[in-house]
Amino acid sequence: MAFERKHILGLEELNAEEITLVLDTAESMREVSDRDVKKVPALRGVTVCNLFFEPSTRTRSSFEIAEKRLSADVLNFTTIHSSVVKGETLLDTARNLEAMGASMIVIRHPMSGAPWLLAKELNSSIINAGDGWHEHPSQGLLDLFTIRRLKGRIEGLKVAIVGDILHSRVARSDIWGFTKLGAEVRVVGPPTLIPKYIEHINAKAYYNLEDAIDGADVVIMLRIQKERQDSEFFPSLREYSRFYGLTREKLRGAAKDVTVMHPGPINRGVELSSDIADGAEAVILEQVSNGIAVRMAMFYLVASARRTS
Amino acid sequence: MKLLIKGGRVIDPASGKDKKGNVYIEDGKVKSHPADTKKIEGEKGAQVIDARGKIVAPGLIDIHVHLREPGFEHKETIRTGCESAAAGGFTSIVCMPNTNPINDNASVTEYIMLKARTEGIVNVFPIGAITKGEKGETLAQIGEMYEAGCVGISDDGMPVMNSKVMRHAMEYVKAFGIPVLTHAEDKNLSGHGVMNEGDTSTLLGLGGIPSASEDVMVSRDITLAELTGTHLHICHVSTAGSVRLIRAAKKRGVNVTAEAAPHHFTLTDRAVAEYDTNAKMNPPLRREEDRLALIEGLKDGTIDVIATDHAPHSEDEKKVEFDLAPFGIVGLETSLPLSLKLVEDGILTLPGMIEKMTSIPSRILNLGRGTLEAGAPADVVIFDADAPVKIDRTKFRSKSKNTPFNGWDLKGRVLYTIVGGKVVYSA
Repeated sequence: MAFERKHILGLEELNAEEITLVLDTAESMREVSDRDVKKVPALRGVTVCNLFFEPSTRTRSSFEIAEKRLSADVLNFTTIHSSVVKGETLLDTARNLEAMGASMIVIRHPMSGAPWLLAKELNSSIINAGDGWHEHPSQGLLDLFTIRRLKGRIEGLKVAIVGDILHSRVARSDIWGFTKLGAEVRVVGPPTLIPKYIEHINAKAYYNLEDAIDGADVVIMLRIQKERQDSEFFPSLREYSRFYGLTREKLRGAAKDVTVMHPGPINRGVELSSDIADGAEAVILEQVSNGIAVRMAMFYLVASARRTS
Repeated sequence: MKLLIKGGRVIDPASGKDKKGNVYIEDGKVKSHPADTKKIEGEKGAQVIDARGKIVAPGLIDIHVHLREPGFEHKETIRTGCESAAAGGFTSIVCMPNTNPINDNASVTEYIMLKARTEGIVNVFPIGAITKGEKGETLAQIGEMYEAGCVGISDDGMPVMNSKVMRHAMEYVKAFGIPVLTHAEDKNLSGHGVMNEGDTSTLLGLGGIPSASEDVMVSRDITLAELTGTHLHICHVSTAGSVRLIRAAKKRGVNVTAEAAPHHFTLTDRAVAEYDTNAKMNPPLRREEDRLALIEGLKDGTIDVIATDHAPHSEDEKKVEFDLAPFGIVGLETSLPLSLKLVEDGILTLPGMIEKMTSIPSRILNLGRGTLEAGAPADVVIFDADAPVKIDRTKFRSKSKNTPFNGWDLKGRVLYTIVGGKVVYSA
């Protein structure tokens, strides 16, 4: 099949075949990353702009490396250097970048739906690098890619996502991705951080960590935003960690070959004890390496869809 | 000035009339419903409108409109808001106080009244603020605003969170006999929500406003209405819970009335999909169960009035991230066709629908209009209930075009809007 999308805005809109195509393409891209000369000309002459409205070293760097390995011209634009502070609208900012020749815009934005606004109004291809609480499709895809490489399949796996589901775009993309490929997804966290309607998007809600990871093949730990403890969601990080932090003891009920993931950056001793973060189950650094291959695949497929349309 | 409207189906719910006939207007007032029109037609200077096959009803009244002037003239002015009203069949509109400056004292009220008199083509009745600056702390100049022309008080959009202040406001208005209009919302529960809390908000990752944030306040305000005996009018009811609470309150004789907006009884929160900022309003579009409860409430009379919450915003203000877009949509020019859909669907009779847009709203705010009885101000709408219309926002008279109904195929075309015997709009 051919990938026909001009934008990648979220995993909700991709079907299983499209997701599988991205993962298959990422396999070839992973091979490029293992070469001595890590560069192919797929995006030569294409200007890609990384438009980041939130601080993010990890995701931005990963996108940038992916772009450079595909020989794109890269423009980084973050709010600190932008005229956004002067009151320019998002659309005006993006239109300016388009006028400078960018034909692909990678956008990270604190507000859900911002990439949709650009996709509706601009000619460029829009890649969502995380919008508000909504989606983080490249993270979802790299999680799928990492698990598929490790376990050879997604279908039939039991996946537990732990932590602040309410405010997590990673959770939403992971739920869509894993369920579309046939896995069972459970979410667990303090009830204040589990959206009341999460079961409508095919995830089963738990409030007890041991129950949720019982028999799990994959445990995805979400980063807890430290500022949440000052609001009314939970009493303290200490208490959060006591009930929802992953320790070796709590992991005992999971499948024998359980894999532990974390989108990073980790709060050691809060979401994860160090012995797990550094243990054999954790594939956190593997996720980081795979992130580049998956993002290369996203660009590659969107660029070929642009060319054929 | 003489005007004869001939041969239409005259529907005047206030007098129970619904039959083919004629309406004769002289000097700005309804003079008579003559059976024989020959004599009048023979008179010099009498304008005749042939209304055969059309509905002739009291001019529509919208008791929930934001005219934006003073302060936000780029969204709407009293002039354009009135033009929009006339195009929608409305002859009287009631404007909310959240202008800049806020209508919390008589000088702002007088400014609005003056502008409406000199530039407005329909009747404008202002609502004053409950508290100074809509801050919810101290009472606004309620008595002086009443003298200047305010027909009720409300902190629309900025609900009074302090129950004691609300209680005092409800007691204080008894001296003037005007109602308190509540935008029922617990702002703490709503938090930073931007749409209904439900599966759609969960899916879209948008902050949710739970139904409970309305239900809690409706409950509080009904309780205060019981305590004070004051007439409480609940604005833009959007939840099944509110409908239940209001129904029960009415049953025990509490002095409470309520309105619903066409968008709330027509759409659900699914309309927000793809982050359409023209589906962003407060209260937000709710679930299908809520929509059906509103329809049930309209049917059994729990909801007395259809009001639009006409909330104009400029294109630039709406073309932003969903979180940043202001709440509200325009409603004056889509209200009649959307309400007629209730008639087509067998929920309301045509007189029943007209009543909720004329005589009942007039009675609630004591406007002395909304009827075609002899002696009443000659505010009339003539419309074709069956004529197909395609909603085209570019044709709106309103300065703003923010509607989720653009391109909809509906029925109901306004042919004439007549205010005080003068034709102010004709199709």
